[in-house]
Amino acid sequence: MSAAAEPAAPRPAFKPAPPTPYQVMMREDRPSGVFLTVLAIVTLLVPILHLAVPEGHVLHLSGYTVTLIGKYMCYALLAVAVDLIWGYCGILSLGHTAFFALGGYAMGMYLMRQIGTRGVYGDPVLPDFMVFLNWKELPWFWHGMDVFPFAMLMVLFAPGLLAGVFGWLAFRSRVTGVYLSIITQALTYALLLAFFRNEMGFGGNNGLTDFKDLLGFDLKHPETRIVLFMATAVALGAGYFTCRAIVRSRFGRVVQAIRDAESRARFIGYRVENYKLWLFTFSAMLAGVAGALYVPQVGIINPGEFAPINSIEVVIWVAVGGRGTLYGAVVGAIMVNYAKTVMTDALPDAWLYVLGALFVVVTLFLPRGVVGLLPDLKHKIQTLRQRRARASST
Amino acid sequence: MNAPTSMGMAGRFGGAFGRVLQRRGSSSAPSLDLTHNIILYVEGVTVSFDGFRALNDLSLYVAPGELRCIIGPNGAGKTTMMDVITGKTRPDTGSVWFGQTLDLLTLGEPEIAQAGIGRKFQKPTVFSEHSVFENLELAMAGDKSVWKMLFARLTPEQLTRIDEVLETIGLKDHRSARAGSLSHGQKQWLEIGMLLMQDPALLLVDEPVAGMTPQETERTAELLTSLAGKHSVVVVEHDMNFVRSIARTVTVLHQGSVLAEGSIDEVQNDPKVIEVYLGEPRC
Repeated sequence: MSAAAEPAAPRPAFKPAPPTPYQVMMREDRPSGVFLTVLAIVTLLVPILHLAVPEGHVLHLSGYTVTLIGKYMCYALLAVAVDLIWGYCGILSLGHTAFFALGGYAMGMYLMRQIGTRGVYGDPVLPDFMVFLNWKELPWFWHGMDVFPFAMLMVLFAPGLLAGVFGWLAFRSRVTGVYLSIITQALTYALLLAFFRNEMGFGGNNGLTDFKDLLGFDLKHPETRIVLFMATAVALGAGYFTCRAIVRSRFGRVVQAIRDAESRARFIGYRVENYKLWLFTFSAMLAGVAGALYVPQVGIINPGEFAPINSIEVVIWVAVGGRGTLYGAVVGAIMVNYAKTVMTDALPDAWLYVLGALFVVVTLFLPRGVVGLLPDLKHKIQTLRQRRARASST
Repeated sequence: MNAPTSMGMAGRFGGAFGRVLQRRGSSSAPSLDLTHNIILYVEGVTVSFDGFRALNDLSLYVAPGELRCIIGPNGAGKTTMMDVITGKTRPDTGSVWFGQTLDLLTLGEPEIAQAGIGRKFQKPTVFSEHSVFENLELAMAGDKSVWKMLFARLTPEQLTRIDEVLETIGLKDHRSARAGSLSHGQKQWLEIGMLLMQDPALLLVDEPVAGMTPQETERTAELLTSLAGKHSVVVVEHDMNFVRSIARTVTVLHQGSVLAEGSIDEVQNDPKVIEVYLGEPRC
C-alpha cells in the first residue's frame, strides 16, 4: 500500500488541555482520589504540627499522637493487603498477621544488631537475650541483618517465601473457602508457638526490644519519628496505588472472575493456582512492609503479634470498612483502631465484646461496610422518591 | 491483506485453526495434528463413582468440522463424558486424545482449554460481577499467563472482535450491563459468546437451549450450525425437536456407553433406542 496523500484533517481551533491523571482519578474513582489527597495532606501537615508548632500550643501534635497515626497507617496497609486477597479473590486469610509479624521481626533483627555495645551486657555482636542464654555465636539467620538493605530485602523475602510455599501447596491442592481459612489460622498459631521458644533465636517470649537507632538516627528523636511517619505514609500511598493498579488491570479482572466462578475461569484457560499464588504472595509482602514500619514506631516485636485473634481483627477491619474496595479497608482499619484506642482506655474489659458485636452488626446490616452505607442510602432515597412520585401520579 | 498464512491441515478450517496452531507453535505444547481426520478420540473410557459406572467402556470419535449431537436419558453419562474430555474428571481406564498428538489425560483444565477445547455448562455460568464486555474480554483467546494479564491492553483488532461477538449474540445493547443482571436466555447467549471469543477448535455444549424461548432456541440452532465446519461442535441436548433441527450425526448414550449412532432418522427408528429412550415418557 502506498501512503496516499490524504487531505490533512482540519485542526480544531481550540484543543482543551488533556485531563491530568489526578483529574481522571477524581472522575473515575473519586474515593481513591479523596483518600490519596487526604493522605498527602496528613503527610505534610503532621510534621509541621509536630515540629514547627511549639509545645503547649492548641495545634501542637504530641509525639504520642504522631506515633499513633503512624501505627494506624501500618494497620491500614495491612488491611489493604487483606482486602486485596479477600475482597478481590475470595481468599479469606485468617493468618495474615503472620506475614506482618515476619516483616516486623526482620526489621527488629536489624534494629537489635544496631544496638551493639550499648546493650545491658555490652556484647558487640550478640544481642542481650543471646548473651543471657549463654550463646557463644550468632545463629546463621542473624548474619547480614546488620546491613540495612539486606534486612529490608528480608522484610519482603521472609513473608514472601512463607506465603509462596504455603500458597503453592494450598492452591495447587485446590484448598479453598473455610478450609483454607482454618489452615492459615493454624499457620499463624504454629508460628506463635515456635517464636515463643527461646531456642528459635528470636528472643522467645520477650521478643525483640530496647531498640536504639535506625540508620544511625536515634529512634526517640522527634525528627526520626517524623521521618518514620512519613515513610509509613508513603508506603501506604504506594501500596494502595499498586493494589489499585493491580485490581484495575486485566489480571485484576481475572482474579475477580476466579472469586465468582473458579471452575469457569479454569475452563476458559486460566491457571487459577498461579493467579492466587501471585496475589497471595504479593499481599503477604505488603503485610511484611507494614510490619517492618510498625516495629520501630512501637519499639517492640514479640510472638504475641502472631496471635490468631490479631488476624481475625484485621478481617473485621476490612468487613467494617467494606471489602472489595481497598479504600474501605483503610477506613475500617482506622475507625476500628481509633475505637479500640478510646475503648481500651475507658472500658478495657468491654473491647472484645464490642468488636464481636461490631462484626455481627456489620455482617447482618452492612454487607458492603461503612463505605457502602452512603451509596446504599442514596439508592434507597432515590427508589423511595420514585415510588412516591409514581404513587402521586396515579 | 496480510492475514497470517495458515499451514498444512489448518488451512482447511480457516483462520480459527491457523490461530490455534500459531498460538501453540509459540509455546512448548505440541500442536493439533489432524492427519487422520479425527479431532477427538475417546476410547474405552470407564469412570466409576463409588461402584457406580457413569461411563462404561465408552468410545466416540469426532471429525474436524463435525456437528455431533449426543442424546440419552438422565444418568446416561453425558455430562461425565464432558468432564473427562475437559480434564475435570480422570477416567479409571481408557484414553482421550485431541488430534493425533495431544493426550488429554495428561493435561489439566486450563491446558486443555488453551489447547483449543471450549465448554459451555448446563447451568449458565458467567462472571456475574463483570460486565458483558468484560466477560468476553476474559474469555478471549491468547496467552493467559499472570504477567501477560498484568499489563494486557486490548488491541483495536481485539476490540472489533468483541464487538462482532456482541453483535452475533445479540447483546450489543447490554455491553456494559452486569452479567448477573441478564435474563437466563441472555446468560446462555453470553456463555456461547465467551466460547466464540475463546475460538476453540472443539466446542462442547451442554444443553444450550434449556430455558430458552422458541425464538431464542431457533437462533441458537442457526448459530451452532454456522459454527460447524469451522469448528467441531459436540452438543448434549434433551430437546428432541432441537436435535432434529441441527443434527447430522446423533450418538445415543445409555448407561455409560454408546447405544446407537447415525442420522436422526436411523437412530429414532432403532428398536434398541426406542426401548431405552424414546419409548419412555419424556422427562
